Amino acid sequence: MSTASVPRTAAGPPRRQGRGRGTGRDTGAGAGATAGRTPGEGRMAALLLSPTLLVLALVIAYPLISAIHQSLYRAQSGLDADGYVTEGEAFVGLANYVDLFAGESGRRFLNAFGNTTFFTVTTVLLETLLGVALALAMNRAFKGRSFLRASILVPWAVPTAVSGLLWRWIFQSDGIANSLLGSEILWTAEGTASKLAVIIAEVWKTAPFIGLLVLAGLQIIPEEVYEAAKIDGAGWWRQLGSITLPLVKPTLLVAVLFRMLDALRMFDLPFVLIGPGKESVETLSMLAWDESNQLRYGSASAFAVILFLYVAAVAIVFVKVLGADVTGARQLGAKRRERQAQRIQKAGAAA
Amino acid sequence: MTITDLRGLAASESCNRDSGAPVQARQKRTWRSYSVYLGLALIFIYCLAPFYWMIVSSLRRTADIFDNTLLPAPFSLENYAKVFDGSTMFGQALLNSLIVAGVTTVAALVLGIFTAYAISRLNFRFKSVILGVIIATSMFPGISVVVPLLRFFTDLGWINTYQAMIIPNLSFAIPLAVWNLTTFMKQLPFDLEEAAMIDGCTKWQAFRKVLLPLAAPGVFTTAILTFIHSWNEFIIALSMINDPAIQTATVAISKFTGATEFQAPFGEQMAAGVIVTVPLVIMVLVFQRRIVEGLTAGAGK
Repeated sequence: MSTASVPRTAAGPPRRQGRGRGTGRDTGAGAGATAGRTPGEGRMAALLLSPTLLVLALVIAYPLISAIHQSLYRAQSGLDADGYVTEGEAFVGLANYVDLFAGESGRRFLNAFGNTTFFTVTTVLLETLLGVALALAMNRAFKGRSFLRASILVPWAVPTAVSGLLWRWIFQSDGIANSLLGSEILWTAEGTASKLAVIIAEVWKTAPFIGLLVLAGLQIIPEEVYEAAKIDGAGWWRQLGSITLPLVKPTLLVAVLFRMLDALRMFDLPFVLIGPGKESVETLSMLAWDESNQLRYGSASAFAVILFLYVAAVAIVFVKVLGADVTGARQLGAKRRERQAQRIQKAGAAA
Repeated sequence: MTITDLRGLAASESCNRDSGAPVQARQKRTWRSYSVYLGLALIFIYCLAPFYWMIVSSLRRTADIFDNTLLPAPFSLENYAKVFDGSTMFGQALLNSLIVAGVTTVAALVLGIFTAYAISRLNFRFKSVILGVIIATSMFPGISVVVPLLRFFTDLGWINTYQAMIIPNLSFAIPLAVWNLTTFMKQLPFDLEEAAMIDGCTKWQAFRKVLLPLAAPGVFTTAILTFIHSWNEFIIALSMINDPAIQTATVAISKFTGATEFQAPFGEQMAAGVIVTVPLVIMVLVFQRRIVEGLTAGAGK
């Protein structure tokens, strides 16, 4: 497999380059794999990066292009001039997209789109509130913090498919949920109750994740800031609003972004908890999966493309408008400048 | 964790200082600590109660599966025996999961280490663009990978093979590995490698003998996270595989149907769920500090 060959090919060039170390200025990441005489960091970087970029091209770029291409075709069977049955795909232009807004399939799409949006908004909102509360409570605890942290990781570690089964059992008509509530709700059938079941199960699994991220953000706030606020007479709520939340905001923003992107592609949980093809919980991912299962690749691809665009739009809004620093790119730039300045200093000292 | 420890120290110090304070203040303090402990108990129950219920249910006999007692009345391993009795191929499914998650993890780590080294140690153009693109791929919806690749792999005759799961798995494993490893390597000081190179090491030697041992904890953390994500993967395995002999454990348990068609075999499902989850829970308990570090890498900048 590629696994075995990768280290060897990638390990070769650095050894060769050892002699020319330190002289490398930017020769550009575009420098290809052709053996050259002037080894530079750019070339080495290109060699080190190319396996990763190649795999990502196969598993990300190709599917994206292929999906866009596929979404313009539709499987058709008909009779040709000689009366033989032909099966093939006909170019239909944007018909698959136009169909998203008309007729029966259009109704199903809009329903799935609505469900996806509804689940994303409600679950992420609840998760964030609960997660911040969890983090604030855990930040107060000194004893048993590691014990709590272990228990908070359990819902995160449970595979989503297993948590779907688990909640399906809890929400069984004669299961524990109904007996605790004293109700007789059909949670796992069609209807509002099934939406609620999905939301509860999803929030259970993911609120701890937000809690952990926020806790990490809380722990880097210096205690002195709170001391100063206390001296100035700020109460708990005031401290929360004026210190804690603004300082945790960058962390929280990244956490919420990741959770939203994850919620938008929700599949496993409704699939296992309620089942495929259920109108009240069908998400875009489930709809696209169902279509491709029926071998209707054209419309399946159209759904996949729409979902991708939806996800990309949300991500762009977060990064551009709200300023979520996902890659740490700003830090990276700052560090590089710092290092360059150090080098210049060193060079100056040597001269 | 040092800040936490320091803060813990500070708190215990302030407690000692307050020991001579008026009774009223002390009462207020105990009330506050009670409410904190109550909150923590609630968190604890919230996180573990559903998981506990899965374990308890898995240990009941089929006859008393609908009991609501907190402990299984007659304790029974009946469900576990049924899970492994051969007709479900669950043992095989576990093995498949192990192979798929293991190979995915190793492949993602190898690619991730080289990428992270390039990004954290080398100077080249378009660096932040490349990192941005790699991170951006992590938000690519699984279904948008599955639909086109399903067709492609069908043409290749790859349906019901391990590579049909492993290669698409890399679409989320690589960005995860690159992000984590880059964060770790950026935190390691460059000076040591520089010193090694001044002492005559080549860049490759400096990487292998200095950076890699230092980055080992980060690599390990990344391995755990990648493994857990791959182990939990569902939609790719569900779509690419229809042969029970090759499907992974998460898919296998979602398709669990018992001998009787009228009643879903909840006991068996819970037992299988426990078996799939317990290795992860053990990992979480043993490596919790590392996992939290990995999950919050970059978040606590």
